[in-house]
Amino acid sequence: MTGDEILVAARDLRRDYAMSAGVVHAVRGVTLDVRAREYVAIVGPSGCGKSTLLNLIGAIDAPSSGTLAIAGQRLDGLPDRDATLFRLRRIGFVFQRFYLMPVLTALENVELPMSEAGLGKTERRTRARELLAYVGLGERLHHRPTELSGGEQQRVAIARALANKPALLLADEPTGELDARTGEEMIALFERLNTDGTTIIVVTHDEDLARAAHRVVHMRDGLIVDDRRR
Amino acid sequence: MILALARASLVRQRARTLLAVVGVAISAAMLLDMVMLASGMRVSFGSLLLAQGFQIRLAPKGTLPFDTDATIPDASGIVQRLRARSDVIAVSPVLGAQLHVEHGTASVSAAALGTIAAVQGDYKLLEGELPAQDEEIAANDALLAAVGAHIGDTLRVAAGFDPQLRAYTGQRALRIVGRAHFIYLSAGERAMALPLATLQSMEGSSRTDRASLLMVRLRAGADVEAARAAIERDVRTVSAISTATAIEQVEQRLSYFRQLAFILGTVSLAVGFLLVTTLVTVSVNERLGEIAVLRAIGVRRVRIVEQILIEGSAIMLVGAFLGLGLGLVTARYLNSILAAFPGLPEAIDFFLFQPRDAWVALGLLAGCGILAGVYPAWRGASLPIAATLREEAVA
Ligand SMILES: Nc1ncnc2c1ncn2[C@@H]1O[C@H](COP(=O)(O)OP(=O)(O)O)[C@@H](O)[C@H]1O
Ligand SMILES: [Mg+2]
Repeated sequence: MTGDEILVAARDLRRDYAMSAGVVHAVRGVTLDVRAREYVAIVGPSGCGKSTLLNLIGAIDAPSSGTLAIAGQRLDGLPDRDATLFRLRRIGFVFQRFYLMPVLTALENVELPMSEAGLGKTERRTRARELLAYVGLGERLHHRPTELSGGEQQRVAIARALANKPALLLADEPTGELDARTGEEMIALFERLNTDGTTIIVVTHDEDLARAAHRVVHMRDGLIVDDRRR
Repeated sequence: MILALARASLVRQRARTLLAVVGVAISAAMLLDMVMLASGMRVSFGSLLLAQGFQIRLAPKGTLPFDTDATIPDASGIVQRLRARSDVIAVSPVLGAQLHVEHGTASVSAAALGTIAAVQGDYKLLEGELPAQDEEIAANDALLAAVGAHIGDTLRVAAGFDPQLRAYTGQRALRIVGRAHFIYLSAGERAMALPLATLQSMEGSSRTDRASLLMVRLRAGADVEAARAAIERDVRTVSAISTATAIEQVEQRLSYFRQLAFILGTVSLAVGFLLVTTLVTVSVNERLGEIAVLRAIGVRRVRIVEQILIEGSAIMLVGAFLGLGLGLVTARYLNSILAAFPGLPEAIDFFLFQPRDAWVALGLLAGCGILAGVYPAWRGASLPIAATLREEAVA
C-alpha cells in the first residue's frame, strides 16, 4: 500500500466555530496524509472533532486556516461552485442516517449523482443496477427508502456514494444506526470496497469497524494524538 | 431528475398543494376580472358608438345627446344643410319621446324613437319590415310581451294623458310591421320605433320639425374633427360631439372603475404571491436536510434554485389556468348583474373578455410565481451544508 501516491494532504488544518458563548475550536491543527487505496478509521471520544475533520476533507465545510489538497486539488479557499463539482466527481459520502431522498426509489437515488454529472439515462440506469447488485440489493431496485430496512438503506447510500467513481469514500459513523449483525455486513462490504480499490476514510465509535481498517487515527480535543498502521 | 424531485415535493403534501392552488385560482380569477373591468367598458362603449358608423352626434346647444328633454328646432332645414356638405354621406334625425300604449283598460309606457327608417342607426330589425310609412312601428320584445301583441297587430298609442280631461292626447292607431332590437337602450326597457314625422305630429305643436339628436355619417377618410368644428360653426343651435370625444368623456367618467380595478387587481396579485411564497418557504424549511444532502453529494446551487422556482411557478400556473376559467365565469355572472344597471345600454359590458387580458393576467401571475420562489430558493441554495446536516442529525 505504501507505493501509492498521496491522495489526501492536510497541513495544520483548523476549524473554529464562533458561538455566542465563545469560539469553539473543533479542529485545532491537524496534519494528515492519506495514500490512495488506504482504509483509515478516525476514532476518539464524542465531540473531539472527527466529523468536523471529515467534513473538511469532503469539502462540505471550509477550514478556518491550514491547507488541504486532495488528488492534487487545493480545497481550502475553493469557491462553492468548484467545491460542489469536486464533491460530485471525486468524493463519495456515506452518512450515519443514510439520508436518501425519500421520494425516489433505490435505483433513482443511485442515479441522482450520475444525472447531475450529465450521464445519459440508459448509461446511468445500467450503472445504478450494477452498483446495487454489487452492494447486494439487486432485488430491491424499485423500493423507496421507507420500504427498506436500515441496513438496506445504508447499502443504497453506499451505492449512491460510488456512483461517479469517486477517488475517496468518506463515511461518518456508517454503522451507528445499525444493529450488530447488520453492522458486521456493512464492515464486510467496506472491506470488499477497499480490496476492490476504493480509498476509505471512516469516522467511527464502532470498535469492530475500526479494527477492520488498516490504519487507525486517534483524535482528542481537535488534535490527532495517535496514528498507527497495521 | 430535479424536475421529478420538484414534482414529488408538491405531490408529497397533496392537500396543502391543492389548497394553495385553489387560493391562487381565486386570486387569479379576481385579477382577470379586474383586468377585464379596466378596459371592458371603454372598449364596448366605443364599439357601440361606432357600430352604426355615425362619427358625429348633434345635440341641442350646450347639452349632450339625450341628456335633457331639449330639442333642436328646424330639424329638416339642418338636415338639408348638412347633406349639402361634401364630406357628409348621411344624416339621421332622431326624436325621443315617452308614449302610452293602451292595454285593456290600462296603459303601458314605452320609449319611442322617431327616425327616418332608411338612415336610422338606433335599432336593428330582427323580423318584419322597417316602419317607413306613416303610422307604422317596429317594437321590441319587451313591449310586444307587455301588451301581448305581434307583428301585424295594431296598437292604440297616445303621446300624453290629460288628467283633467281624463283623456289621451295625440292618440293614433299604429300598426306593428317589425320586431326590433334597440342598440342604446337598457335591457328590458319597452321601446318602439316609428317614422319621425308620425312622432312629431303625435307630440303636437311643441315638437313640430324638432329632433332630440342628429347623427352624421361622414365619407370614409374625412377629417372628423374638422367636420365637427365646421358643423358647429355653421349650425348655431347645436353642439357637435365626435365619437372619439364621446369615448374620451366616458373614459374620464370610468376612471374610477379603472382605479378600483387597478387596486383590487394589485391586491389579488399580492395575495397570490404571498400565498405561494409562504407555501414554498414552508416546504423548503421542511426539506433543509434533504437539500443539504443534495448539496453534499454534489448537486449545484442552480439546481436547487431551479427546483424551488419550478415548485412555485407550477402552483402559480396551475392555479392561474383554473383561475382564468373561474374568472370568465364570475365575469359573466357579474356582467349579468350589472346589465340591469339603470340607464346603461344593454350592449355595454363591464367585463369584456379580450385575449389580451388573459395574457396580461397570465404574464403577471407567471412573473409572480417565479418571484414567489426567489426567497425560499435563495434560502435553500445558501444553506451551510455541514451545519445543516449536523442540525438534521440532532433533530
Ligand atoms: N456547526 C457547528 N457549530 C458550532 N459548533 C460545532 C459545529 N459543528 C461542530 N461543533 C462543535 O465542534 C466540536 C466537534 O464536533 P464534531 O466534529 O461533531 O465531533 P465528533 O464528530 O468527534 O463527535 C464539538 O464541540 C461541537 O459541539
Ligand atoms: Mg461526529
